Order: sequence, then structure tokens, then C-alpha cells
Amino acid sequence: MGNGLLVKGGRVLTFPGGLGGETDVLVEGGLITRVGTGISPGLAEVADASGCVVAPGFIEMHAHLREPGMEYKEDVASGSRAAACGGYSAVFCMPNTDPAIDNASVAEYVFDRGVDEGLCMVLPHGAITRGLCGETLAPMGEMGTCRAGVRGFSDDGNPVSDSEIMRRAMEYARTMGALVISHSEEKSLSAGGQMNEGYYSTVLGLRGIPPESEQIGVFRDICLAEKTGARLHLAHVSTAGSVDLVRAAKKRGIPVTCEVTTHHFCLDDTGLMSYDTNMKMNPPLRSSRDVEALLEGLVDGTIDVIATDHAPHAPHEKETEFDQAEFGVVGLETCLALVVTRLVDAGVLSLEDAVARLTAAPARIMDMERWGYQAAVREGAPANLVVFNPDTEWIVDPRAFKSRARNTPYGGWQVRGKVMHTVFKGRLVVKDGDLSGGSAEPGE
Amino acid sequence: MVVDANSHRHLLSIAELRREDILGLLDSARSFAEVSTRPVKKVPALRGRTIVNLFLEPSTRTRMSFELAAKRLSADVMNFSSSTSSLSKGESLKDTAKTIVAMGVDAVVIRHSSAGAPLMLTGWVDCSVVNAGDGMHEHPTQALLDLFTMREELGRLEGLKVAIVGDIDHSRVARSNINALNKVGAEVLLVAPRSLLPEKIESMGARTTGSIDEALEWCDVLYLLRIQMERVDESRFPSLREYTLQYGLTQTRWSRLKRKPLVMHPGPMNRGVEIASGVADEVETVITGQVAAGVAVRMAVLYDLLGGSHG
Repeated sequence: MGNGLLVKGGRVLTFPGGLGGETDVLVEGGLITRVGTGISPGLAEVADASGCVVAPGFIEMHAHLREPGMEYKEDVASGSRAAACGGYSAVFCMPNTDPAIDNASVAEYVFDRGVDEGLCMVLPHGAITRGLCGETLAPMGEMGTCRAGVRGFSDDGNPVSDSEIMRRAMEYARTMGALVISHSEEKSLSAGGQMNEGYYSTVLGLRGIPPESEQIGVFRDICLAEKTGARLHLAHVSTAGSVDLVRAAKKRGIPVTCEVTTHHFCLDDTGLMSYDTNMKMNPPLRSSRDVEALLEGLVDGTIDVIATDHAPHAPHEKETEFDQAEFGVVGLETCLALVVTRLVDAGVLSLEDAVARLTAAPARIMDMERWGYQAAVREGAPANLVVFNPDTEWIVDPRAFKSRARNTPYGGWQVRGKVMHTVFKGRLVVKDGDLSGGSAEPGE
Repeated sequence: MVVDANSHRHLLSIAELRREDILGLLDSARSFAEVSTRPVKKVPALRGRTIVNLFLEPSTRTRMSFELAAKRLSADVMNFSSSTSSLSKGESLKDTAKTIVAMGVDAVVIRHSSAGAPLMLTGWVDCSVVNAGDGMHEHPTQALLDLFTMREELGRLEGLKVAIVGDIDHSRVARSNINALNKVGAEVLLVAPRSLLPEKIESMGARTTGSIDEALEWCDVLYLLRIQMERVDESRFPSLREYTLQYGLTQTRWSRLKRKPLVMHPGPMNRGVEIASGVADEVETVITGQVAAGVAVRMAVLYDLLGGSHG
């Protein structure tokens, strides 16, 4: 690696600007040192990028890496491998671990585990409340100034049900310069719910989760953000009503951003007809009307970020009765392909607009420059790159995942768009679609 | 009937049946009903076949009905209930079912509190599966026995006006009956406060009303569902007293009807709640007739899945 790396013959994607012509990118000492044509590799390793797009590495704003406490589902090592193969340079992981990431020690532990793996940045979000119990504030200040530099706070998996506590959390977060990430859900409406409430829940006899349960939460937190002036990010918005609320809030100048997950724009609640537990997540897959509204939200910029809400589970937690199965699906290794197939190829977003939701937008919201990440492939920038071929067709095979988990609804899907290489801090961590250092999980 | 890749036939829902399937099963049930009137109530149709009743939710009448149906077809029957089983030791449904079926079982009759459990089971075990009620989803043999009773009592199904009264939201019986009645050309009216009706239920093929009096004037069949006290705690309606006043088949309502509909109930009845005790006595023969029909219909179903030309 000491001789550098030449990413040869790809087309660089810039925001704004779109795709450039065939270009070589030379990486030396962790930085991009030259961007141009006909660069001679010299002694540098060459990564063939012909036919590929060269873009800044992706940023996942919302993943569950399960460490500490639930390593049987996933850990920072397996999650990092999955992320690197998915083209990510940074993964923000949610604090609903055991123990929760609600203090600096656990935050630093998770952060350090990511550094140990060295495949991507693993950046913990901190809990809003101690133990995610929704009762007393977690030490945001200490988590923010510790080695892990926690900037986003969330009780994801659960809402902060008590509005007074949420109000104070936002006020405190504002002072700390932190971002509050809301899992918006009015639990009294969604209790016991298994899927979106509507015709299909009625036919299937499954308890419904009404869209209003999410929208009441979204509306409350927008009100509180307006009152407190705190920066608010709404996790996994899934309904037409939520998109409308965010659109109106942005129009009023409230500092709110939001994300949509890949599954919420790729799938709808008709997919539940076979009681497939890999279609079970929270918020649930919504109606086709909601999916249309989410796509509109992406098109008009109401939705800032595409996330995966990567939620690994062990097979036995999914191979069970529907109402006993865990909520959640994995997503790190399928995100790019779904974005290309369902958004770019389908004509919803340009490649530039779509990839910006995975790079420039989360980088802005999470202030990634402090981590040496720039959402630009240019000379002098730290070399965090993804090289993907937008035309490569492949079939999703869950057995080939680097994640420890297999709970995907996309098994067998024919998709387009494949990550070929990932460069992290100047190192080629994924080459030709596989981990450079070998892919076998130790002990497996 | 659903046939899987291994040629096993399953009965998982009414939704998957065609009109001809339903009518065929009802015709077949009629000949099996005759068996139960004989002094020796047994035919050798399923001799050597083994059926397991996997009842993971409390049930008396459905389990006994399936057991009798299997025995009258000369099948061997094993009963399994959750409280005394490996499931209470934490074994998964998948492992429990695979273990049982590994002993050489031709059909599993499953009752489960989770919607979709019978369908999942078909992916795990190498035998036929019969849904004996799954959560709030379906209870196909109940709907078949209800249709059987309606046809026996009224001579037809097509064009029949059926009002179903009560807790539609939680009722697998209602869902199966809505599906079945639609397929055979009957009309369905659901009678309940909106708080007991699931979202978009009209799209399943039913009208709705909040007035039992409207329904009583209209219907040929009045199908009463059991109402449960815990729905009061869920704020679905204020009290049993209020429910009876608004939706109960009270003596007053019954007496003033000139044209009396056929009254049916899947049991067990709450006398004094959804039906006045005096009315229940008056219509009891139909309701016990439903129970008798249950055995015949389940014989027809088991025979269809395991016997005959299908192999």
C-alpha cells in the first residue's frame, strides 16, 4: 500500500455536476493526490474502474451493529465487512445495544472496535435517555466530547414517549450542538402491531400499525423542534402523511431533516401476503400510495437521506410465528443496487441526486468533515471512495452476505448496480467486489 | 385446496378455495353426515393414516370435532396441547412440528394464536396441514360447517342474506365466513360499532351497519359472534350491558320480528350478552346442528386431503 493506489478509468461523480468523463484517481498517503487522465501507475496498485462510477464513500446514518450485547446477530467486525462491501466509508450505529450506548465508555468501546477493524468508520449515535428508558437524559455532553465524538442522539427502536423529556432533550441537545434523531411513534396506537394497518392487515388478521401512529410522533417532534430550535432528524419516515409534515416544516424554516429506508421505497404491504417475516419491520411496509409519496419526497428534496436501518437478526428470530418474529431487515449490502434499480433506472432520481442522498446529504447533517470525510473526489481530499458499476446485474444471494445475518426480503431479486471497490483512508479495503484481506469470517 | 411442491394438499384458508371446492366439500360432508347417524359410526377411508391435532390455543369443540372426524374415518389420532409440551420448554414451533412429523404423520391439524402459523408450517413439514383457526386470520372449517348448516336449513346459499354481528375485528370466524359467503354468492352485512370493525373490511366484500335492527329486518341468517369482556378493557365498547342494549339479540328484538331469521352462533355462547337466554333456547337446535355439521365437514376435509384419488 505504501506505493499508492491508482483507480483507473472510472467516471467521477460530483455534487453538483454529475458524471464526468473517464478519469484516473491517484491515491497516496491516504489522500487523493491526482485526478486526471492518463496517469501512470508507476509502482501504485491499480484498481480497474472501467465502466464504473467513482464517488465519495457512502455514509449510513442508521444501522444496528448489535455490539455490545447481541453479537450473535452482528458485531462491529461483521457489520464493518458488510458496510465496506456495500461501499460505505462510515456507518452510524444506533445505541440500542446491551448495555446501551448511553455513556462515553460504551461509545468509545464501539468506536474503538470500528478502528480495530479498519474497514470503515464506525460512529455511534448516543442514547437520548439513560438505558433508552425514556426517563432521564443520557450525558450528551460527555459522549460528544469523548473519542467517539457522538453528535447524533436517538432512542431508536422506541420513541421518547414523554413529550416533556423530549422537549428538554432537544433544548439540551441544542446547547451541545447535537442532533436529535427521532424514532417517531405514538406507542399507544401501535401497541401489538405487526404490519401496516389497512386492507392487508385486515385480510391477514394481523394487528395493524396505523400511519397515524408515526405521523403523531413526527408532528410532535416537529413542534418541539420549532419551539426549541434544536436540529431534528426524523428516522425512517414511511408514510405519505409524514412526508407532508416534513415538507411543511421545511417550508416554515424549521431545522428538520429526514431519511427514508431502502425497503420503504422498494416494497409495500402487499408483500406481507405470504406472512414472510423478512417483510416485518418497524415502521412497517406501508401502502403503495405511501411508497409513491416517499418517491415524491425524494424527488422534491423533502427527504434528505437514504438509509437502510440495517437490523440484523439470527435465523431463529425470523423463522417463527409472524407475531413472534423480530422487527427489522439487513440492508448494507443491497442498498446501492436497490437505489440504482428502483430510483435511477426507474427514472425517479438522477444518479447524482440518488448518490448524494448516500454521501453529500448525510455528510452535511452529521458534519463529516470533522472525521476527515469530504463528499467530493478531488485532489487533496481524504481518499474515501466507492467504485461501483451501475450496469452490472446480479442476483441477491443472502448466503453471500458478509453480515452475520440473512434477514433480507430481497433474496433472489435480480438487481443492477454493484460495488466493485471501496477505498477507506487510502486503502483498498474491497477489491473486485470482495474484501481485499479475504472474506472468511474468523471461526466460520 | 393448496397443493405444495411435494404434492401435499393443505386447507389453510377459505380465501384460497374456489367456489367449486367449497360446494364439493359441502356435498361430500353430506354423505359423511350419514355415517354419524349409523350405530357403528366408522368408515375405513383413512385406515392406516395418522393425524396429529396440534392445538396450541385452548379449544374444546374444534379439537374434539377434528378428533371424532379422524376417528370416524379410521385414522390414528394423536393430540398435542401446548401446556404439557416441549413448546412450554421453549422449543420453537418449527422444531416441535418437525419432530412430530418425523414420527410419520400424514396431516397436522393446527390451532394457533398467531395468524399465518399454518401457512408457515407447510414450509417446515412434509405432510398435509389443516388450519383449525389461526389468530384473527381464518377458521376455514368453521365457515364450511356454517355454510353446510345454512344450506341444510334454508336449502340454498346463493342470494342468501347473512348478517354477522359482533367483534368482527378479532374474529377469524367472520373473516372465513365473509370469504366463503362471497364465493358462493351470498350477501354479507357486518353489524358492529366501528370500533369492532377492522380497517377496509368492506373491501373484503361486505357491507357494514351500526344497527342490528336494520340487519334483523334484512337478513335470512343472523350470525352472532361471541363477545369478550377484555374488549371492554381495550375500549372497544363501554360495557357488556351497553353491548347487549345496542347489539344483543334481546327477547324484545326477537319477539317483535315477524319474519324470523335463522340464528347461528359458533359457540361458546354468552347467554344474556349477545343472545338472550330465552332466544338461545328457542334456536338451540340450529346451534347444536352446527356442532354436528362440524364433524361431517371435517371428515370431508380430511378425506379430501388424505384420501381418495389425490393420493
